[in-house]
Amino acid sequence: MNRSTKLFFAAAAAVALAGQAAAAYPEKTVNYIIAFGPGGESDVSARLQEPFFRKLTNQTVAIQYKAGAGGAATWSQLNGMPADGYTIVGTNLPHLILQPLEKDVGYKTDDIDTVYWFHYTPDAIIVPVASPLKTLKDLVEAAKKSPGTITFSGSGTNSANHLAQRRFDKMAGIKTTYVPFKGTGASNTALLGSQVTGSWGYTTVRMMLGEQVRCLAVAMESRHPKIPDCPTFKELGYDLVGGAYRGIAVPKSTPRQIKQQVSDLIGKINKTPEFVAKMEAAGFAMLDIDLARTAEFMARKKSEYEALAKEMGIVRK
Amino acid sequence: MPQLDFLISAATPFNLLLAVAGVVAGTVIGALPGLTATMAVAVLVPFTFGMPPASGLIALGAIYTGAIYGGAYSAILLNTPGTPSAIATTFEGYPMAKRGDGDLAITLACIASVVGGLVGALFLLLLAPPLAAVALRFGPVEYFWLAIFGLTLIASLSEGSLLKGALGGCLGVILSTIGTAEVGGDIRYTGDFKSLLGGIEVVPALIGLYCVPVLIDMVATADPHLRLKEKLAGYRLGEALRLAWGSKWNVARSSLIGTVVGILPGAGGSIASLVSYAEARRSSPRSANFGHGEPDGLIASESANNATVGGGLIPTLVLGIPGTPPDAVILGALMVQGVRSGPALFSVQSQIVYTFIYGLFIATILMLPIGLLIGRHAFRSLIAIPKAILVPAVAFLTVIGAYAVQNSENDVLQMVLLGIAGWGLSRFGFSASPIVLGLILGPIAEAGFVQGTLIGGAKGSVLAEFFTRPISVAIICLIVLSLFYPLVLQRKRLPAMRRQSGPAQ
Repeated sequence: MNRSTKLFFAAAAAVALAGQAAAAYPEKTVNYIIAFGPGGESDVSARLQEPFFRKLTNQTVAIQYKAGAGGAATWSQLNGMPADGYTIVGTNLPHLILQPLEKDVGYKTDDIDTVYWFHYTPDAIIVPVASPLKTLKDLVEAAKKSPGTITFSGSGTNSANHLAQRRFDKMAGIKTTYVPFKGTGASNTALLGSQVTGSWGYTTVRMMLGEQVRCLAVAMESRHPKIPDCPTFKELGYDLVGGAYRGIAVPKSTPRQIKQQVSDLIGKINKTPEFVAKMEAAGFAMLDIDLARTAEFMARKKSEYEALAKEMGIVRK
Repeated sequence: MPQLDFLISAATPFNLLLAVAGVVAGTVIGALPGLTATMAVAVLVPFTFGMPPASGLIALGAIYTGAIYGGAYSAILLNTPGTPSAIATTFEGYPMAKRGDGDLAITLACIASVVGGLVGALFLLLLAPPLAAVALRFGPVEYFWLAIFGLTLIASLSEGSLLKGALGGCLGVILSTIGTAEVGGDIRYTGDFKSLLGGIEVVPALIGLYCVPVLIDMVATADPHLRLKEKLAGYRLGEALRLAWGSKWNVARSSLIGTVVGILPGAGGSIASLVSYAEARRSSPRSANFGHGEPDGLIASESANNATVGGGLIPTLVLGIPGTPPDAVILGALMVQGVRSGPALFSVQSQIVYTFIYGLFIATILMLPIGLLIGRHAFRSLIAIPKAILVPAVAFLTVIGAYAVQNSENDVLQMVLLGIAGWGLSRFGFSASPIVLGLILGPIAEAGFVQGTLIGGAKGSVLAEFFTRPISVAIICLIVLSLFYPLVLQRKRLPAMRRQSGPAQ
């Protein structure tokens, strides 16, 4: 095959793909792969999307779990999956940025093409309801009085929870002890049992545990609509906004037009009031970073997390 | 009387239908090696979203309890635990089937599962809030000691050499450290294989270590896979009931252990059934028969693992903390349904909770006829299928099962390699169970140790954290007892034996 025929075939393929994409999307069941096991935040948010996906498109999504290596088992294979918009994969931050920094996980941050970031679970400091610490100020004062004695449970090492603890310690000029647990469930057990002073968790933890716990502050721009009694870090003078972000990715080689269609669809679901209500009731915070803005968003997050990772000494040499 | 109303709303035709369908689906999924109760629940969750919350929960509870029971089939007939909860069921179940009592074993497993399930559900109904408070008293240090206690069970689980059992346990613990450490994030022993970053999954390892050696032996020997005593004697229900009644204390103790272990988040059916098995072996008058098809061991394992269903739902519903892995999925389903778990659930949304609990009772009772029927077919077809078909069919299932855990080819490879290694080791007298015990308990012990050290360090004394908390001290005493009891027993027996043999000399 010479160069010009190759080019011809490439062009023909592109036209064929574009033609295919121009048809209504989706025309058949879409595989939705979750990089974690069932029951977690990624699963729950996908389950909440499912009925609206069906309502808006008359097609179904088949949610599948491919857990392993903290999500890397899925993401390292993402670009080998069919690039036709019928396989979509849930992606997570800070995982996508931190994992390749720490070790060779079989993918690089820039390999993953997230077409829409649709929500995040904002970081939050949660204490048992019986805790003597009533406000964030109490906590900071207690930590200053005896450095290192305040313990926080959280999910995983070098995770969103861990990062938040490091960031806040630096901002407030305090030293606390982070105790990593295997998953949010185990971290919550330690929290409710008062094995630790408190927990670096998410707004979802506060919603799930209800009145058994108190939320001292959330890392949001403004208060969470369902947790109005919990102030933001910003209100209290700390510039801390963030959490674990979740998006939808497709293989890198997917034609731009199809990427746009996937992004549009997720965006449409995200703007359904009923969906938003359900997500917020579960403690999630909505986010609308569509295809046009994902690159800018990722660049921002990358520089933010990379700086933190260097400080924490988790960057692979 | 509101309780009666809840019972009535649990027994609507629709809910009964869901209970029957759930138990059937769960039993079948659970019976297939690799398809665990967690997966059974996860796969069927979407179907419940269109239903009222209580009905959806009943369906999930029925699937869950059915799957835990279904795991016994492959444990008994193929020596392969269908779910991790059925590990201890293989110890006596498979030898029973080998000698021709497979039908009896399946019927016994059904009875034990139903009783265990009912005991667990009873605790859920009557004592959920206070028991959940107990679960919270267990911190990282307690889990560390509990895991160490679990490892001492190797002494009672090893066939033959204790040294080989201990070595197997160590091997399991070492295997469990492969991959990215959950707590600490270090990467260990991966040999630069990306496929090992996620570590060794328990379920594929289980399938490999238990099932592959059986498959190899099936091919290597000419005998039929399972013997038949005489003619098929039917369910042998009467015989099974007599046996179960004869060891009613065993049933009660095992159900209790199952409930308690289920309440502790992080432990699960596998640990519950192993602990109950070890306890049954210690206290049974026929402890010498253990390992050779002693029904007491089977009863202990099966009643304990079904009791974890009710037990595990206690922290799930009361605290919003999953008691067992399938409970995590149920909790997710509750969130999607918009039902808030937590103490208020029992007062504010008592209609949902109590309807669900009564539904769980009904499903558990329904498991008796359904389980007996399905069990009989499973047994008969397994006997009727010639080896030439059975071996490839089971081998196929092991591949599917290992793959299905995380949809991963890696896990299949791990399963096959561990299986071949396990077969090789068994030729030298190393059995699979200590290895698996190490694999399951290693991470619990490690996480507990690291967390306990961190928390103790923050409080000022690591030693005080590990050795002065009341529950820790109690577990340490249990460990000492478990380690030295066999020696004490031996010392007691020795003079007795001397006395017996004395006059003959």
